[in-house]
Parts: sequence; structure tokens; C-alpha cells
Amino acid sequence: MAALRTRASAWWAGSILGRHLLVALLGLVVVVVVLESSSDFRNLQLASMAYLGIAAGGLTVLTGLNGQISLGHGALMAIGAYTTALLLDDREASTPLPLVVLAAVVVTLLVGIAVGAAAARLHGPYLAGATLALAVAVPGIALYFKEQLGGEQGLRVVLPDIPAWVLDLAYFVTGQDLTRSRYVAYLAWLTLVITFVLLANLARSRVGRRWRAVRDDEVAAELAGVHLGRARVSAFVVSAAAAGAAGAMMALTVRLAAPSGFTLTLSLTLLSAVVLGGLGSLAGALLGAALLTFLPQVVTDIGVDAGLSDIRAAELAPLVYGVVMVLVILLAPAGIVGTVRTALLKRRLRRSAAAQTRTAGTNPTAPGTPGTPTTDPATTTSKGSTT
Amino acid sequence: MPAMLTVTDLAAGYGPVRALDGVSFTAERGRVTAVLGANGAGKTTLLRTISGLHRAERGSVDLDGQRLDRVAAERMPALGLAHVPEGRGVITELTVEENLRLGALGRAGKVDGSDLERVYGLFPVLADRRAATAHVLSGGERQMLVVGRALMARPTTLLLDEPSLGLAPRIVAQIFELLRGLVESESLTVLLVEQNARSALSIAHRGVVLNLGRVVADDDADALAADDQLRHAYLGF
Amino acid sequence: MQQLLNTALGGLTLGMVYAAFALALVLIWRSTRVVNFAQAPMAMVTTFVALVIVDAGHSYWLAFAAALASGLVLGAVIERVVVRPVEGGPEINAVILTLGLFIVLHALAAVIFGNRYRSFPAPFGVRGIEVGGTTIALTGFGIFTILAVLVTMGLLLLLFQRTDIGLRMRASAFNPEVARLLGVRVGRMLTLGWALASVVGSLAGLLIAGGSLVHPGYMDSVVVYGFVAAVLGGLDSPFGAVVGGLLLGLALSFVSGYVGSQLVALAALVILMLVLVLRPGGLFAQTAARRV
Repeated sequence: MAALRTRASAWWAGSILGRHLLVALLGLVVVVVVLESSSDFRNLQLASMAYLGIAAGGLTVLTGLNGQISLGHGALMAIGAYTTALLLDDREASTPLPLVVLAAVVVTLLVGIAVGAAAARLHGPYLAGATLALAVAVPGIALYFKEQLGGEQGLRVVLPDIPAWVLDLAYFVTGQDLTRSRYVAYLAWLTLVITFVLLANLARSRVGRRWRAVRDDEVAAELAGVHLGRARVSAFVVSAAAAGAAGAMMALTVRLAAPSGFTLTLSLTLLSAVVLGGLGSLAGALLGAALLTFLPQVVTDIGVDAGLSDIRAAELAPLVYGVVMVLVILLAPAGIVGTVRTALLKRRLRRSAAAQTRTAGTNPTAPGTPGTPTTDPATTTSKGSTT
Repeated sequence: MPAMLTVTDLAAGYGPVRALDGVSFTAERGRVTAVLGANGAGKTTLLRTISGLHRAERGSVDLDGQRLDRVAAERMPALGLAHVPEGRGVITELTVEENLRLGALGRAGKVDGSDLERVYGLFPVLADRRAATAHVLSGGERQMLVVGRALMARPTTLLLDEPSLGLAPRIVAQIFELLRGLVESESLTVLLVEQNARSALSIAHRGVVLNLGRVVADDDADALAADDQLRHAYLGF
Repeated sequence: MQQLLNTALGGLTLGMVYAAFALALVLIWRSTRVVNFAQAPMAMVTTFVALVIVDAGHSYWLAFAAALASGLVLGAVIERVVVRPVEGGPEINAVILTLGLFIVLHALAAVIFGNRYRSFPAPFGVRGIEVGGTTIALTGFGIFTILAVLVTMGLLLLLFQRTDIGLRMRASAFNPEVARLLGVRVGRMLTLGWALASVVGSLAGLLIAGGSLVHPGYMDSVVVYGFVAAVLGGLDSPFGAVVGGLLLGLALSFVSGYVGSQLVALAALVILMLVLVLRPGGLFAQTAARRV
């Protein structure tokens, strides 16, 4: 029994991909249970949480692991959403959904390469500024090409019919008929799980190590043979691709791609979600996305109760994000997840230190002692490299 | 000679690293006291702690009867202390004259043109280039500029960090010669941090040798220069 | 021919405002190494202060002065209270902080003043002046805009080049540690720098708003143009920022006049990308690739 446990824990420690897949599988089970037990309205809300989570996941990799900031993830989502809308313009649209999503990712990725190659290559505020410009510029493009992109009204997205085998599978597994809202929610969460597994593996791979190296110390990274510009651009491009997938899911959920959906506020609140959850942490990104999805209603209700008009009360949610964002940076730069994780790690270290003192006479390096805190979660906080 | 600067049991560090560990010595009025020792001995930290750029964990610094520890760095010029940091600290974006004017702003009392004229008199090279951006100056000229800028505050005590760093021997000799003259004519007290121990001892009256944050020798300059064992162990000549 | 002239005149006027805004960004960047994206909502908030005063029946000029004064205070308070703790820390934290402020100010303005468009008065005519029978695109308010920016720049130049306080501010920006050793209270100089930059930003906000519509997001695109202008000028150089602002104003005016006003922001993005690829150090940099 003990041997089995040891072997299992060795596998747990050794196989990163395996571990990520296991977590993903568990996550999918949770998704099925939650989606099946909630209403159509909730399903759509959860779909929103998923697409915000995908975009936030991409952003947290860029900001947390590579120390760069994008103020344009909302605009990148718009590019994914418009690509989706153009491919799904009527019920006869024959492109299969996976290809549509792939196309959205690829187009966004290309824009990411163009902007990233110009701005992410350089150290400094250039990427932040260029992505801010992107966030401001993209809605104008939709307005200018009114014929093709629908102007202010935007483009309607026609959700293709649910394939028969999916309907059958859903009925077989859950015993319920699959509604269209739930179908969309499944698509969004499946995309989220796939994206997160890819991002998590990338973060642990050599590429991810390079990103972190560049974030922590440019000179050391350069000396270690890391091409600074290439590392920065690749981090941004990966991050942009995630935003493209998020945009595709948003288009499917909202069934519309319109300029008003992709304001600068969207980009900035995504950033606040990432900061809130803890930079560099995918779990934190998901937490942030949950707050972005569910907090506004709560806060707006409070505002209306306090006597504000609906429109003004709707602005309270961003106010809360902004205030929390400022407070997090000033008080707990590791974000919620990072702070909790540090606290847990400290407690575990204290305990193992106590355990070590107890067993000191017999076996100073008692098995089961957690490793030294070289992987301190505090290092996943922003460490913007200095000039 | 009475003591001008008295350092007592000074300790400072960077996180868990101890850079100064109970350093005590005195610098006499109107004399050059050299602070010597290898790289990492704590020399620069000593100057930075005296001038308030680095926080002292323990101990005291006394300048002519005034306690300096716990005094902010920006108040030092008004108290008569000037610190010329390592790497010279010329503000290269400003002109030569702006650098000099800046030197006079921090001191107590009125500034007038006579200070500028006096510094230009001491360093005629600077007078020729007064409108030039300091960026274009050579290493030696920059050293003259920072010493001149420090003098603009009419200090009683000058902390000099590695003035010879990166300069050709001829320039070093010239600067040390100037320094010797200043000490005599202005009765300036100088605390001179140097890795180049031989040159430093040639103009110093006393020397303090640091090793790993502690004082290992404190004696007349001649005595230090004559101590073969000490020279081999800590001074490298 | 007439359209060309009018487009150029419009570009010159706008360019002046972009120059002012770029200058505000550069002043802060130079001293604290932060691109203050919150400059946009800061200026917006002060414009709303002016609007409140005008709506209460007071004169435009009182409102104008109050807006600039509130800009001064806002800049100083923000630097001292929220930016100071992150100075010297990781760069990215400072940037995130200014973005948090961006959201906060935006939302606050929307909660307090509402999210709709409101018209903002202008003290001078906003119709084109007639010259020899034809109307040109230079308005009374346009002339005021150009003069106001020129006067502000002149005053800043005097302050920085001719006064002791300006010398202290420059020293603090270029080398804070050496400045401290020379007796400069660097913290105060940084606060003052933010306050002055914020005043310049407020001025730009008032000039954009004059005779036009304001709402909480009306300065958002201006911070983009200000940033692009600052990068055109090298990000570190006040002089470069002014030239960059004028060039950008002209370029964008032509895009707006001959292509379409919706694509102005896209044009700014393209210009920014071109500069970053071809001359990352700005148009006036000695070397093409300064830092990577």
C-alpha cells in the first residue's frame, strides 16, 4: 500500500502533462455536474465566465510569466469574435465549429504577431501603449467597414445546429435533452479546459522557463542564451491566441459581434481580473473571471438599493474592480491565489520544520518533507525587469 | 588634531547580508583619512550609511558634535557633509554649470557667483566647458566636476568614493594632488575610499582598513604602508 | 486646395493638444519611469469639475482655472498617496496601478456625473474664420488652443531651464540618488512633477472638450495619441514630444479628412508600429535601435 502511494506520488511529481490532464478531467466532471444542474440563464452566465476565463488565462501568462502588459485583450477578443461571425453568418454556413474556432485563433494570432513583433520585442511601456491603441482602434474598424462588419449594429452569429451525435451523447450521459444554451456553455468550458492545459504545459516547458527568465532578469536571460525579443513576442502571441479563442466563444454565447461589446473597459477589467486572482496563476484567472461574471449583478443591486439609477449603478462594478486592483498592488501584489498559496506554504514549512525537530535525532531528512521553497509562489508575481 | 567625524559601532546590511559589522573610527579635522580594503569589504556601504543613503541598523555617526544617523541624505549638505558617490555621479543630462549650480542649492545660506568663480578657478577645464552637456566630458573631467560640485556646498567634510576608478594614472595623480591642495587651503576633512591603496596612502594622514565589514587596522598612513603583512593581506601592494 | 489647407490647419490645432498631452506623459515618464495611462481620466475628471462650475452659472474662465487647479491637486495627491509606494518597485506594478486608477476614475465619473454625452462650452467661436470670402478651418477657439499650448510650453521651458526649482526637478528625474546627496528633496520634486504634468493634461482635456461633447471616456483616445506622439519624439524628450504631437496631429487629420474619421485610431496604431520597427528610439534618436 505504502509502495503504491510512493509510486503514485512519484508519478504525480514527475509527469506534468499527466497531472494537468488529470486536473483537466476532474475539471470537466465538475463542469458537467454544474452545467447540468443549473438553469438556461445560469448556463449562459457560466459560458460568459468561461470565455472571460480563457482571455484572462492568456493575459495572466503574458503578465505574470513574462512581465508584460496588454491593454488590448478585449480588442483581440473582438478579432476572434468577428472572424467567428463572418464564418457563421447564416444557418447554411458549412464550416465545422472546430474549424471556425481554429480560424478565429489563427486570425487573432496573426494580428498578435504583427503588433507583438513591433511592440513586444522592446523593453518598456511599448506593448502596453500599442495594445491600448489596438483597443481604441478596433471598434473604429468595424464602424468604417460598415458593409462587411455591420457597423454599430455588428454582425449576428448564427449558432449551427447541434450535431446529432452530440445530442445523443448528451442524452445518454445525462438523461436530459441538451438545450442550445447548455451546448454553448459546454463548448466554452471545453475550450477553456483545452486552453488551460495547453497554457499550463507551455508555462512548465522550456518556453515558459524562458519567459520567466526574461521577466526576472534580462541580463541573466541574455547570458543564458535566451533571445529576449523572441521570448517576449512569443509570450504575447500565445496570449493573443487565447484571446482569439475567447472571442470565438463570446461570439457563440452572445450570438453577436458588435463594437459596443469590445470597449477599452473590457480590456482593462480583464487585466483587473488577472491582478485580482494573482498574476501568472491560471486558477487566479478563473477566479477573476468568476468575479467579472457574477459580481456586477450583486454590486449593481446594492447601488440601485442605495438610490442610484440603473445606468449609474452599473458603473459600480468597474469601480470595485479598479479599487481592488489598486489595493491588491499596494497591499498584496501576489493577488488572492498567490497570497493564499504563500500562506499555506508558510504553514506547511512551519509544520515540517516542527516535524523535523521532533525526528531530528533519528532521521534529519525525513521523507515527506516538502521541498525547499524554491518555487515560492511569490515569484509568480510581477517582477518587471528593470532597465 | 580633534575629531571631525566619529563613527561608533556602525552596523548595516542588505537583507541577511552583513556589510558593516560594528565599525568604529574617527576622521580628524583638516586631514585625509583613507578607508581601504578589498572589493566587498564594506567601504562603499560605510560611506552610504554615513551620508544617510543606507539605513544603519546599529551605532552612531557624529559630525562635529551633530548626530548624523537618522538624518535624511538630503539634509547632509546643509550640515556640511558632501558625498561624492562611486561612479562619479555626474548628471550627464545637465550642463557643467547646471551640475555646479545644483551643488550649491542644498547648502544653508545664500548662493552667489563667487562660489562658481572659485570652482572654475580650481578647475579651469570646467570653466572652458561650462555650457557643454556633462555627457561630453572625459572621465578625469567628470571627476573634477563632481569634486567641484561638492565644493559648491562649502562642505566641512567630503566623502569621496573611489575617485581613481577607471582613470589613467596621470589623471589620478593630478586629482590627488588637487585634493591635497584643497585639504591644506580649505582645511577640509576628507574620508577617501579607495581600492588603490598605495595612491590613497600617499595623500592620507591616517588609514582605516576594512575586511568583511570590520575594522582590521586603524593607524597612521605611514605605519600602514610600512606594514608588509597588512599590505599583502588586505591592500594588495 | 482648400481642403488641403483646412485639413492642415485642423491637424495643427489638434497636434498642439496632442503635443501638450504627450508632454504631460513625458514629464512623468522622465521622472518616475511610469507611462501614466491614467492621465486621460485624470484630465476628464478635471473637465467635469469645470462643467459643474459652468452649469452652476459661473464664468468659463473661473471653471477653466478651477479645472487646472484641481488637476494640480489631483496629480500631487495621486503621486503622493498611491504611486509613491510602488516607485522603485517592479515597473509592471506601477503600470498596473495607473490602470487601476484609470478604471476607478472612469467609473467614479460615470457614477457621479452619468455616462451620457454632455456639451462643453467654448469661450471663443467654434466657427471657421472668414479670410477673403472663404471660410478656413481655423476657429477662434482653435487660435486660443494654439496660444494656450504655446504659452504653457513657454512657461514650462522657463521653469525647467531658468529656475532653481526646475533644476532640482530635472536633477531628480535624471538621477534621484545624486540629487538627494546634493540636498534635493526628490520626493517633493516628483510630486511637483506629477502635479505639473497633470495640469498640462487638464489643459489638453479642456481644449479637446471646448465646443464639443464630453463623457467619461472622451479622453481615452487622446491618451493613445499622446503616447504615440511621445514615442515619436523618443519618450524621454519634452521637445520630441511636442514635435511628435504636431506631426501626429497633422497625419491623423489627413487620415480623418481623406480616409475616414473611424480609422484615426488605427492610423495611430500603424504609425506607432512603424516607429517601433524603424526607429524605436524616436524620430530624433542618434541610433536606430537603441534598446531591445
